[in-house]
Amino acid sequence: MTKTEKILRPVKHIFGGAGLEHHKNTASFESVIMPPPDTVYIPLSQHIGAPCEALVKKDDYVYVGTKIGESAGFVSAPIHSSVSGTVVSVGEKMLGGNCVNCVEIKSDGEMKKDPSLEPFSVNCKEDIALAAKLCGLVGLGGAGFPTHVKLTPPKESKIDTLIINGAECEPYITSDNRECIENFNDVIEGIYLLKSKLEIKRVVICIEKNKPRAIDRLYRMACDHRDFDDSVKLMCLPSRYPQGAEKVIIYSATGRKLPLGKLPSDVGCIVMNITSIGTLYRFITTGMPLVSKRITFDGTAVSEPKNIIVPIGTPIEKVIEFAGGVSEDADKIIIGGPMMGNCVASADSVIEKRNNAILVMKREKEQDATQCIRCGRCVMACPMQLYPAMVESAYNKGLTENYEKLNVNYCMECGSCSYVCPAKRPLTQVMRVAKAELRRQKK
Amino acid sequence: MNGMLNVSSSPHIRHFDTTKGIMADVIIALLPAAIYGCILFGFRAVILLCVTVASAVLAEFIWNKILHKRQTIGDLSAIVTGLLLGMNLSPKVPVWVAIIGSVVAIIVVKQMFGGLGHNFVNPAIAARIVLLVSFPSYMTSFSEPVSDAISSATPLVDNTGLTLKSLFFGMHSGCIGETSAFLLILGGIYLMVRRVIFPVIPVCFIGSFALLTLISGGNVGVQVLSGGLMLGAIFMATDYTTSPTMPLGKVIFGIGCGVITFAIRQFGSLPEGVSYSIILMNILVPHINKLTLSKPFGAKEVKANE
Repeated sequence: MTKTEKILRPVKHIFGGAGLEHHKNTASFESVIMPPPDTVYIPLSQHIGAPCEALVKKDDYVYVGTKIGESAGFVSAPIHSSVSGTVVSVGEKMLGGNCVNCVEIKSDGEMKKDPSLEPFSVNCKEDIALAAKLCGLVGLGGAGFPTHVKLTPPKESKIDTLIINGAECEPYITSDNRECIENFNDVIEGIYLLKSKLEIKRVVICIEKNKPRAIDRLYRMACDHRDFDDSVKLMCLPSRYPQGAEKVIIYSATGRKLPLGKLPSDVGCIVMNITSIGTLYRFITTGMPLVSKRITFDGTAVSEPKNIIVPIGTPIEKVIEFAGGVSEDADKIIIGGPMMGNCVASADSVIEKRNNAILVMKREKEQDATQCIRCGRCVMACPMQLYPAMVESAYNKGLTENYEKLNVNYCMECGSCSYVCPAKRPLTQVMRVAKAELRRQKK
Repeated sequence: MNGMLNVSSSPHIRHFDTTKGIMADVIIALLPAAIYGCILFGFRAVILLCVTVASAVLAEFIWNKILHKRQTIGDLSAIVTGLLLGMNLSPKVPVWVAIIGSVVAIIVVKQMFGGLGHNFVNPAIAARIVLLVSFPSYMTSFSEPVSDAISSATPLVDNTGLTLKSLFFGMHSGCIGETSAFLLILGGIYLMVRRVIFPVIPVCFIGSFALLTLISGGNVGVQVLSGGLMLGAIFMATDYTTSPTMPLGKVIFGIGCGVITFAIRQFGSLPEGVSYSIILMNILVPHINKLTLSKPFGAKEVKANE
C-alpha cells in the first residue's frame, strides 16, 4: 500500500472558509529555548473556569514545576512555577493593560527542578484525566479549556473517536507543526497510551496539507508502530481556514455535526490538540507539568521569525528582546493568530499556557468600510452557514430582536467573513457585539 | 515599540479584494466587447459610450454633492453602470436620450434607493427599459455596421443571410456592445477566473433558454447568439446586488431568466426579452433569497434531540 493510500482523506469537506496566505515562515526552524527572564509574572487564571488560589506567599522559594496555585473547582487547572527562585509578591498587577491576579517570582537563573517531581504511573482509565489535571494541562490550541474535564466525559456518552487536532489553520503559527517534528515520539506514544487506557477504538490525527514534514514524520513513526493500519489513522486536511475549529474538525474527521451548545463527547468524540498530547505524555514520563510553551514569534514587523520555548509568565517584551527585536514601525502585538488572536495594550503582558504565538505587526493604513454590495462572499465563507451581512444590517438598523432568528449564537468568531469582505465591513466585530446582546436578552 | 500599541478586534488581516477592484475587473471584462462595438459602428458608438459613462459618473457626483453624502464615484460602480447602459444602446440613439438613460439609472434606480448595494433592480437594465418605452423609435432602429457590412434589420427580426460565425464574432447590426458573443464570453471567462462571478447564473440562463428553444423547434444557434442574451446573462444577470446569494437561488434565478426570455421572444411582440426577464427576476430576488435560506451548521440535530 502506498503512502497516499494510507493517509485518509477528510470524510466531509469544510463549509465555506477562507483561503488564507499561510506565512508559515518558521515551519523549518528548530525551536530555541529561551533562558529564564529575571522575573516572571504567573497569572492565576490561565484557563476557562474557576481561577486558582495562590499556594505560596512572599519570600517562599519555588522550583521549576512547584505547584503555586490551585482551585477546588472541577473546571480549573493548577498553576506551576516556570522558574526556580523566590516569590516576590502575590496579588494583582497591571499586565498588558489588564489587572491580573498573579504570582511574581524572581528567578535565580538556575532552573532547578522540583525534587518531588517523579514520573506518573497510569494504571487505570481515570488516571489519564488525573494526570492531565496534575499537569495543569489546558487546551493548548488557544481555548484554554481544562483538559481533564474533556477527558472525563459523562458516563452515558460513548466515545469512539479521539481526534488529534494538528490542523493549525491560522497563518504564521507553526508551534504545533514543530511539536510534531521535534517531539513526534511523545505525540505518538501519548496517542497510543490514551487510546489504550481510555479504550477508544479509533484515533484520527488531523493535519493540514501545508505541513508535509510533520505529516511525513508522524506517518513514518506511526508506520513503525504496532497497529497503525487498524485504529490510528493520519488524515490530511485541505489548507482552508478555519479547518482546525473544533466543530469543523469533527465534521471533517467523522462527518458528524456538533449541534449548538453540545460538547464533542455528545457526538462520541474527544478532540485534543497535538501539543496537548505531547505535553501530557512528557508529564507522565518525567513528572514535569506544563511550565513552558513553544511560541511562534513572527509577523510583518519581525525580521527574524522563530519558534521559542518560553517559560510561562515571561513578559512579551522580554521575549521580543530575546528574539532579536522588531522593526521601528511596529504598532500591534497579537497573541495568537491574525484571524482570532487578541491584541495586547502593552508589551508587559505575559505568556500564558494557552498562547501559541506572538505576532508583531507593522502599522497599516486603515481601510474605510464602504457600502455592502451584497456579493455574498461572507455567506459563502461562513463555516457555520450564517448570514453575516444580514446581521450587520440588523445591527445598523438597531433590530436587535432579529439576532435570534439570524442564529448569531452559532457564530464562533473565526473572522472569515470580515476577511473576505471586499467592502471591508466589520462583520465579525459586529457578530461579536450581536452575540453579547443576544446573551443579555436571554438572561 | 514602547508606548501606546494599536489595539483592534480580530481578524487582523483582510483579503486584498476591494469593491473598487471588483468593479475594475468588470470594466476590464467589458472593454473588449465595447471596443469592438466602437470599431464596428464607428465614431457614433465612441461618443455614445463616452457620454453614458461620463453622465453616469457626473450624476452620481452631483447627487452626493447636493445631499452632502460621502463621495462614492471612486468605487467605479457608476462607470460600470454607464458602460453597460451605453453597450445596450443602438448606435443610432441621440446623445440626449443616452444622457437621460444614465441619469435615470444612477439617480432614480440606484441613488434614490440608497446607492450601491441597495438598488433592487439592475440600474442599466432599468434605464434601458425606461428608454425603450419612452423612445421606442430611437431604441429599435439599428444602423448598419460601418465595417464588414452585412445589412439587416436586427437578427431577431430578420436573420436571413447571417451565418452562425458572423453572429458569434459579431459582424451584424445591433446594440453597441452586444454583437460579439465571442468577446462577451471572453470577458465572462475573465470574470470567472478572477472569481468575481460564478458561472451558475449565465449557464442556467443560457442553458434553459437554449433548451426551450430547441424543444420549440427554433434555431438555437441564432437565438442564443443574437440580441442581448450574452451581455445580459454574463454581465447584467450576475450583478451582485440584484441576484440571489445562495447557489440554489442562483440556479432558480438563471432558469427564471431563461424561461421568461424564451416566452417573450417566442410569444411576445416586444423587441427584446432579455432586459424584461432580468428585471422581472430582479424583483423576485428577495423572495428567492428567503426561499433558499440555509440552516446553520448543526441546526437540524438540535431539533431532533429536543
